Amino acid sequence: MIEYLTLILCCQLLGELAVSALNAPLPGPVAGMVLLLVYLLVKGGVPEPLAQVSDSLLNNLSLLFVPAGVGVMLHFDLLGNELIPLSIALVLSTLVTIAVTALLMVWFNRGQSESGQSGSDSPQ
Amino acid sequence: MNNLQETWVYLSSSPLLHLTLTLLAFVGANTIFRKLKFNPLANPVLISVVLLVGLLVITDTSYQTYFEGAQFVHFLLGPATVALAIPLYRQFERVKKSAIAIVVSVLFGSCAAILSAVAIAWVMGAQTISVISLAPKSITAPVAMGVSEKLGGLPSLTAVFVILTGICGAMLGPVVLNVLKITDWSARGLAMGVASHGIGTARALQVNETAGAFAGLAMGLNALATAVLLPLVWRLFFS
Repeated sequence: MIEYLTLILCCQLLGELAVSALNAPLPGPVAGMVLLLVYLLVKGGVPEPLAQVSDSLLNNLSLLFVPAGVGVMLHFDLLGNELIPLSIALVLSTLVTIAVTALLMVWFNRGQSESGQSGSDSPQ
Repeated sequence: MNNLQETWVYLSSSPLLHLTLTLLAFVGANTIFRKLKFNPLANPVLISVVLLVGLLVITDTSYQTYFEGAQFVHFLLGPATVALAIPLYRQFERVKKSAIAIVVSVLFGSCAAILSAVAIAWVMGAQTISVISLAPKSITAPVAMGVSEKLGGLPSLTAVFVILTGICGAMLGPVVLNVLKITDWSARGLAMGVASHGIGTARALQVNETAGAFAGLAMGLNALATAVLLPLVWRLFFS
């Protein structure tokens, strides 16, 4: 298992190096994700211990955003008296983005209808 | 009594306290989330953040002190992002099949995110610097802050918008998708990832692995798209 945790960290490290060498507008970990994907495609499967490491990281992905979220307290006063216009813009824009992206994706994929992929947004 | 005081002084300066509090807050938030049958409005990130900010304000603790403990959790974001390659690999056949649909949807979604945020904030009379800082709100924090800085925004304000957008998308996204009767998990995930980066991805992953894989992919693609498109859009319209 430790080998695969090391593999993940190596991908992240290589990703960071690649991004800063190429001056690419991507976060290092996202480049690392691409590297790990290439590794898996070459290997042709996910080794069980790697699946375990990734599950333990991803099962509580929400938790990992909490420290950054608490950081909002530092800058809340920056919003100042623009709180209302900026919150309205933020919320409406987020809803519009979700609607536009999802509708386009469905529209493009309508040709190749797939069965058994429907459901409502609640865990089984 | 004196002993207790000393223990407190020791604990409040050790990373253990705030690391433990972060986990406790999250476990509590997750319990509430589960009790409410995973209703997206009971977002565990939001509940944890509210609990912790409240606690830090009451105990007059600085964010720096808090972060000394919380950094261990924060650090894992990088490896977790890399690990998104595994769900992506498992869905790779589907991704390949709809590659063009994915790229086009992400590009238009990215433009929608930028233009709608800028237009609404502008119409409502926000200052230019706030509008710039808001524009890259839908992408993952490190890239958003870089883009904001390049265009003359405030990176720290952008970081606030990024987090709030993530929470907002994770909470309201499923509601919008249900209203629009979108049942395809790949479309649902893609939309969550484009609009609300990692926090939306976390929500998508919790519900369905296909949705999670597409969300992670969309998060990466949108970071790239926004970083390239936003400076172009800005030059086109505002200078």
